[in-house]
Amino acid sequence: MMRGFRNLLGALALGAAAALNPAPARAAGEAIVLPDVRFSFEGLFGTFDRGSLQRGLQVYKEVCSSCHAMQQLAYRNLVEIGLSEEQARRIAADFQVPDGPNDQGEMFERAGRLADRFRRPFPNEQAARAANNGAYPPDLSVIVKARAGGADYLYALLTGYQDPPAGFSLGEGMYYNAYYNGHQIAMPSVLNEDQVEFADKTKATVDQMARDVATFMAWAAEPELEQRRQMGVRIILFLTILAGLTYAVKRKVWADVKH
Amino acid sequence: MAIGLHDSTFKNPVIRWVDQRLPVFTMIQKEYGSFPTPRNFNYFWNFGALAMVNLMIMIATGIFLSMHYTAHTGMAFDSVERIMRDVNYGWLLRYVHMNGASMFFIVIYIHIWRALYYGSYKAPRELLWILGVTIFLLMMATAFLGYVLPWGQMSFWGATVITNLFSAFPIVGEHIVTWLWGGFSVDNPTLSRFFSLHYLLPFVIAGVVFLHVAALHITGSNNPLGIDPKGPQDTLPFHPYYTAKDSVGLVVYFIVFAFLVFFMPNYLGHPDNYIPANPLVTPAHIVPEWYFLPFYAVLRAVPDKLGGVLLMFGSIAVLFILPWLDTSSVRSMRFRPVAKWLLLLWGVNFFVLMWAGGMPAEGIYVTISRIATAYYFCYFLVVLPVLGRLERPLRLPESISMPVLRGGGPILAGAAAKPMEKA
Repeated sequence: MMRGFRNLLGALALGAAAALNPAPARAAGEAIVLPDVRFSFEGLFGTFDRGSLQRGLQVYKEVCSSCHAMQQLAYRNLVEIGLSEEQARRIAADFQVPDGPNDQGEMFERAGRLADRFRRPFPNEQAARAANNGAYPPDLSVIVKARAGGADYLYALLTGYQDPPAGFSLGEGMYYNAYYNGHQIAMPSVLNEDQVEFADKTKATVDQMARDVATFMAWAAEPELEQRRQMGVRIILFLTILAGLTYAVKRKVWADVKH
Repeated sequence: MAIGLHDSTFKNPVIRWVDQRLPVFTMIQKEYGSFPTPRNFNYFWNFGALAMVNLMIMIATGIFLSMHYTAHTGMAFDSVERIMRDVNYGWLLRYVHMNGASMFFIVIYIHIWRALYYGSYKAPRELLWILGVTIFLLMMATAFLGYVLPWGQMSFWGATVITNLFSAFPIVGEHIVTWLWGGFSVDNPTLSRFFSLHYLLPFVIAGVVFLHVAALHITGSNNPLGIDPKGPQDTLPFHPYYTAKDSVGLVVYFIVFAFLVFFMPNYLGHPDNYIPANPLVTPAHIVPEWYFLPFYAVLRAVPDKLGGVLLMFGSIAVLFILPWLDTSSVRSMRFRPVAKWLLLLWGVNFFVLMWAGGMPAEGIYVTISRIATAYYFCYFLVVLPVLGRLERPLRLPESISMPVLRGGGPILAGAAAKPMEKA
């Protein structure tokens, strides 16, 4: 019987080994090594640092949001990062959002409400491209899940602007970034020291802003993360105890059988 | 069977009343209660039950997901995000469903491995095996269709690549592709029919599973020794012995499943599928989900498109005729000293194919894919047919209870000392 159990474990290990190698196919060329940033939400029990989330929101609002939409988020979601309902309501009211048609059949603009999605900087992709030298700034709602490396990649990208190495031919209106695939990116370096004035008086270094906005994006992509992990801990503890009990029952049932 | 009320043995008057008219309770008692099951199962025999549970989980979560999902190219991606954010426990439903697909394939691959190692595909279980391969094939189709539904980049381009495979067939190929798409490119008609079929196929699977189980209950289960039970001393009633043993495996399975869902829900997925589908931007590398990678490697191992497609389908088709390819009458690899190692090599080779399938189709990866593909087929088409005639199997035990009870133990009179049916 123990042998059976070992067989099973072996099989599971094999399955896991296979499963643990999803290895998204990569170009056979150079491998870009991302810096390993220590984020508050890493590991099995990590949670989002609320201060960092709120600073990240500020960076997004004051820097990123002029080009990048976050359409999956609504202003009401901001209470989840520790803002009061009143604060979230005020942030929403700062934006004019399109609505309508009204009784006269006209579209109009009104102050944002909690129920509104984050206002988009451009009405459509064409307008976004026209304003950005032909490039389309992607929606950032799930960007952390949509890039290999996740938040680490975001941090690396935001801090990875450099002068191109000698002999590198950079296209018109393009910028060199150490971490971008192909190194040519249409987005300029946007973070500069003291670019935003954080409400909590944290010094706005480039590193700090990149870290905070990456944290905010990680939350935006997986707002359920904390609840999920809490539930997971409880469920796995429960299942572990249940496994012990079930195994004891099994041994008792089989006690009178030679096998 | 005589016409009239069934002669029920149940005492409870309500159960008895029903059972006399529709003997479902008798059937459950016979098939899952007293059903004689070889006493020597190891934990590999858990995986059939696990697969059954997994299918039920997929159908249950899928039904609830479909209440919130919108099968339209302009709305599918956002509707999935809405499930993740605004539907109560929607993230849980979706992550269970998404990782449930991976768990299903892990379970099924181990289940198939069990059948290969212990010769469960051999007579008299050939049809049982064929039904199993049919389920596997249906699962692959269902998983592929389901992966398209979130309408991310890999959904779209995976659908494009896989449906385009059919264009390799001469004359009819292009027509098949147009017919699959419902138009001239992967678009809204494709998405809505894929959704429809993704909802349909699991119930087809459930039907074939029923046949699979029905066939199993005719031949009875194989066991790690691969020899037939000779009498009651070799078997145990399914309940409580195997209900208890299956429960242990089930809880362990739930732990692995829960770990994936709650702590690494996107680990087995591809980041590109969180980018909304865009027909104008092709991802640098289009890769299928991990469970298709071995077959993807076979497809890409052949320089010719039609050849690759045929070989890929062939890698599943060969499983259908496996019972007739293996010429050895010894079922369990425990008693086949040479075949055992060649099968283990086949298992390793399967992982090599899986790894190669995730790599770019260039340079050394293609060479490795080719060698691994050759061995995949060689095992079935050369090793098994030839080795069955050449190999000298170890001596089989006389009965299942023999090695356990040393010398046969308290064997019931008349059941003992029967000559071996197979050498």
